[in-house]
Amino acid sequence: MSATLPRTPRRIGAARRLEPYAYVAPTAALMIVLMLVPIAMVIGYSFLDNVILNKDPEVVGLDNYIEVITDPVFGTAIANTLVFVTASVAAHLLIGLAFAMMLNSRLLGPRVLAAFRGIFILPWLFTAAIVAVLWRMLLSPNGVVNYLLGALGFGDGTTEWLSDPGLALGSVTFINIWSGYPFFMISLLAGLQGIPADLYEAAKVDGAGPIQRFWNVTIPQLKPIIISMALLDFIWTSQQFALIWMTTGGGPIVATEMLSTYTYKLAFAKYEFALASTSAVLILLLSMVLAVLYVRHQRARD
Amino acid sequence: MTIQTSRRPGVSRGTRTNLARLALLLGLVAGATFAFAPVLWMLSSSFKPNTQIFEFPPRLVTEAFSFDAYARILTDPEKVRFFLNSYIVAGAVTLLTLLVAILAAYAFSRFEFPFKRPLNVVIVSVQAVPPITLLIPYFGLMVTLGLYNTYPGLILTYMVFTLPYAIIMMTGYFNTLPRELDEAVRVDGAGSWTALWRVLVPISVPGIVSVGVYTFMIAWNEYLFALTLTKTTDMRTVPIGIQLLMGQHSYEWNEMMAMSILGSIPVLVLFLFFQRFFIGGLASGAVKS
Repeated sequence: MSATLPRTPRRIGAARRLEPYAYVAPTAALMIVLMLVPIAMVIGYSFLDNVILNKDPEVVGLDNYIEVITDPVFGTAIANTLVFVTASVAAHLLIGLAFAMMLNSRLLGPRVLAAFRGIFILPWLFTAAIVAVLWRMLLSPNGVVNYLLGALGFGDGTTEWLSDPGLALGSVTFINIWSGYPFFMISLLAGLQGIPADLYEAAKVDGAGPIQRFWNVTIPQLKPIIISMALLDFIWTSQQFALIWMTTGGGPIVATEMLSTYTYKLAFAKYEFALASTSAVLILLLSMVLAVLYVRHQRARD
Repeated sequence: MTIQTSRRPGVSRGTRTNLARLALLLGLVAGATFAFAPVLWMLSSSFKPNTQIFEFPPRLVTEAFSFDAYARILTDPEKVRFFLNSYIVAGAVTLLTLLVAILAAYAFSRFEFPFKRPLNVVIVSVQAVPPITLLIPYFGLMVTLGLYNTYPGLILTYMVFTLPYAIIMMTGYFNTLPRELDEAVRVDGAGSWTALWRVLVPISVPGIVSVGVYTFMIAWNEYLFALTLTKTTDMRTVPIGIQLLMGQHSYEWNEMMAMSILGSIPVLVLFLFFQRFFIGGLASGAVKS
């Protein structure tokens, strides 16, 4: 990987040593001003008395942290986020794997499968704001979902999917599952296509049926992809804001309050910028733990 | 879907294959219904008058089928502005991200320099920084810099999120190209700048396109910062515009659906044209990265 050329004349050596810095300068400038500085700022805010609104904020130590951590809504937000993220990731994996395996079949022609692949990817191409309004229409009490369920004999056709406190969390999770599985599917499909055929042949010779081949060949071969995709999805889903904000806004009351909506409300509805910063720092710490796990896993794969 | 009958080894086996084929087809159709039915309903609703959105029983196509909702959006300057803003912001983010990422990726791929590793670690790890963490300082920062409620404010913000991925992908792409290519030009007396733009960039077009498409999609779809860092209606982007339709006195569902379709067209078109690059790039990123 060494780029030093023995032929390089000495006098242009100094200029060459500076060259890479010129190339990375715009990136470095942007990352310092809009990444490192803001992170330092938010950490600073979290130790201050209410910032932004207060002209001369005092240092209050860990008071903000104690206040956020002991806030029961914060606890609810953590629990909701965990349910939302865990169920989403698990369903993304199961649906993504099932669809990828169907698309990887050799029983149908490649054109037919390519057409289905295009349809399966569709939900992922709509942005969260659009997914949110679409499902608000579909899940409206007078909406088509209630009509279809009623026609099939389930429910009385007046279910309040997004405003019933007992159903809202399940509903937003379902919406997120619908919009997010294709990313898993694409990666798993690539993974399936990369499994050498002779592994299956060898398993067949050993007398393994389709189910045994799935558990003993497919799953172990896909395992590295599954773990990295699950970690990535966990990180992304835990940061989901637009979908929740535009379907339930975290409600009814706190039924779908997530860490992201909780923090946003603290800042832009209650103007408690110091507490919001504290919550934001806690989310950052959580993400960093997940990121370290992800990087470790990637290193182990290499 | 032709079924090959010529090389069928035995009746029972052939029947079994046909059954498997039928089961597979049923599975695929079920999956397609799950994925497509909501999209179909969005399309259908965008052609209905608002009064028929929740009619009972629901119909896919009604006698009142019309393009009115689309016409109303496309003739309302305030709503057209949402699209214009989204195109300006996403277009600028894409071009600037590619430019800055190509320069940085070139340094990472072809040079050894102190701080290379720490800088690389920063670029990889900032991808895990939650947007909500940056939101509060950004609000203050953008006001201080005079970039609140401006295009440059949004563009720079989006680049923080698009750049790391773009640099990682472009560095990977440059690493697959033999070093001899650009070194040859440089031995002939040309500088590294020439080597980059005359040799490396032209042969990296597939990689650049897939990174560009991905960047455009991220910028086009962004919601949280567009919501927080813009204020006036004339600076809002499409995702926020859809929300604004929801906030008005009554819900114009047909217009919201029409705007959703119009707002998805750029991404759908890009995806359709660059599907191969895109799926390939995405998959290889996920498999290798």
